[in-house]
Amino acid sequence: MTGLPDAAIATQLAPPTERRRRPTSAGPLRRFVQLVVPPVALFIVLVLLVELVVVAAGIPPFVLASPSAIFTQFALYAPQVLEATIATGINALIGLVIGAVVGVMLAIVASFIRAIDGMLVPIVAAVAVVPIVALAPVLYTLFGSTSEVARIIIASIAAFVPVFLNTLRGLRQVRPVHRDLMRSYAATPRQETRAVTIPSALPHFFTGLRIASSLAVISALVAEYFGGPRQGLGSAITTAAASSAYARAWAFVIGAILLGLVFFALTALIERIASRHR
Amino acid sequence: MSTPAPAAAPDPTPAADATEAVVVRGVERIFPGAKGATVAALTGIDLTVHDGEFVSLIGPSGCGKSTLLRLIADLDEPTAGDIRVFGKTARRARIDQAYGIAFQQAGLLPWRSVAANIELPLQLHGVGTTERRARVAELVDLVGLTDFARHYPDQLSGGMQQRVAIARSLAERPSLLLMDEPFGALDEMTRERMQTELLRIRAETGAAVVFVTHSIPEAVYLSDRVVVMSPRPGRITDEIDVRLGDAAERGEDLREDTAFFEGVTAVREALHGPQASPAGAARGVDVR
Repeated sequence: MTGLPDAAIATQLAPPTERRRRPTSAGPLRRFVQLVVPPVALFIVLVLLVELVVVAAGIPPFVLASPSAIFTQFALYAPQVLEATIATGINALIGLVIGAVVGVMLAIVASFIRAIDGMLVPIVAAVAVVPIVALAPVLYTLFGSTSEVARIIIASIAAFVPVFLNTLRGLRQVRPVHRDLMRSYAATPRQETRAVTIPSALPHFFTGLRIASSLAVISALVAEYFGGPRQGLGSAITTAAASSAYARAWAFVIGAILLGLVFFALTALIERIASRHR
Repeated sequence: MSTPAPAAAPDPTPAADATEAVVVRGVERIFPGAKGATVAALTGIDLTVHDGEFVSLIGPSGCGKSTLLRLIADLDEPTAGDIRVFGKTARRARIDQAYGIAFQQAGLLPWRSVAANIELPLQLHGVGTTERRARVAELVDLVGLTDFARHYPDQLSGGMQQRVAIARSLAERPSLLLMDEPFGALDEMTRERMQTELLRIRAETGAAVVFVTHSIPEAVYLSDRVVVMSPRPGRITDEIDVRLGDAAERGEDLREDTAFFEGVTAVREALHGPQASPAGAARGVDVR
């Protein structure tokens, strides 16, 4: 499916920017080529290999569609793929924003008020282990099958959990020496929040946001499998598969992959910028 | 032992205290321990630091030297006794920014450049941009980091970070510097260079210094007076006048001077008792 919020992906993406920061004799372009060409080459080789196997062994398309057929379908249905990607992407984006805003606000409240912290964290921990998409059929009944609200809610809840937990942890990461320093400056609570607490928490918030971005895309897409309006990628994939257009289903899957990558890459980039000097 | 709060009382000391940098009278700090037990971190502490004087607090781990410094800085409050900083209560002195402070960890804000770190206290206290910039330029020059003003803490060595922290503590021209083992995490070479640099800075600013350390040579090299402390309960056991000369005149060769070694011996004997000196059975005290 889409780019999973896997820690492994993050660590694989991290080194390039890390290395680019250090001045070396090689130019940035050369460095970029060195980093990008090998995985792209491997990908092309793998695709060709699959093509070869599918064609040579005569594997039927419902088992495995050949890459060339998928690319043909992708080119043919490009406008539809784009449309479906945008439809799902909007749900995921709205969900991500709502989840992030609510997550940050509740984390701030929890960090200030101990009692609320004690009430909220166990509930969020419980929510974290529930597969949120399982709520989809219930929510469709609740909001009506023509409404996108159910999907947005699902994406919001999925995005909320990592943002809340990471931001809360970040808000507690103020080092004792910084707190002492602020006290020695007789800083007001507001000054302390601005000078120390928020900057300490920011990188943690962005880590939460990166994890949330992938979860929002996955949730918005998978929620479409259970009904609702038919514009999105999930609906398109099920429709194509149901009408035996396997290569076309795969073409929409490519759209899903690209959508996931866009969300992941953007939030990962923001995260890197935010945690440059740690 | 504790003195009553000398507000408007006809006590002659407050007026006299105003000329002293720090006056600690009958201070006690008791921490609650496990199962209702208590830990006496400090008991019956009396200490006066004169204006412009360099006083080191030395003693093994757990003797309460850092706790005493934190009480003077009003980062913690005594359970009994009275602390005056330039004649004001410790709390008032903190609010009025009567002191600058440096810790064992440099404690720089990693998301701020060197210049922005030094600027922080000035910024918090509403100093104008132009004045701030001028003061920061002065300070980075004072600690020899002019070329690094735009760098970030993660790009600096430990010694350089500590120099930034010292520059930051000097930002508001305090007449009192509180330093809690600021060179404790540095290697010996860097540490000696930093000590010489601190003496120079101190000679230039004329500030009084309370310096917590567990290194005997460091205390002797830097101080006018070494206050020896001992644990369980934390208390002052001895005070040794070192007076190796003006801060400005102390140089590297002082480390090989007879007077320096006499000072080291005197402090060591105060810490361990005279018979212990040859073996140097240090109880958590650095005798390098």
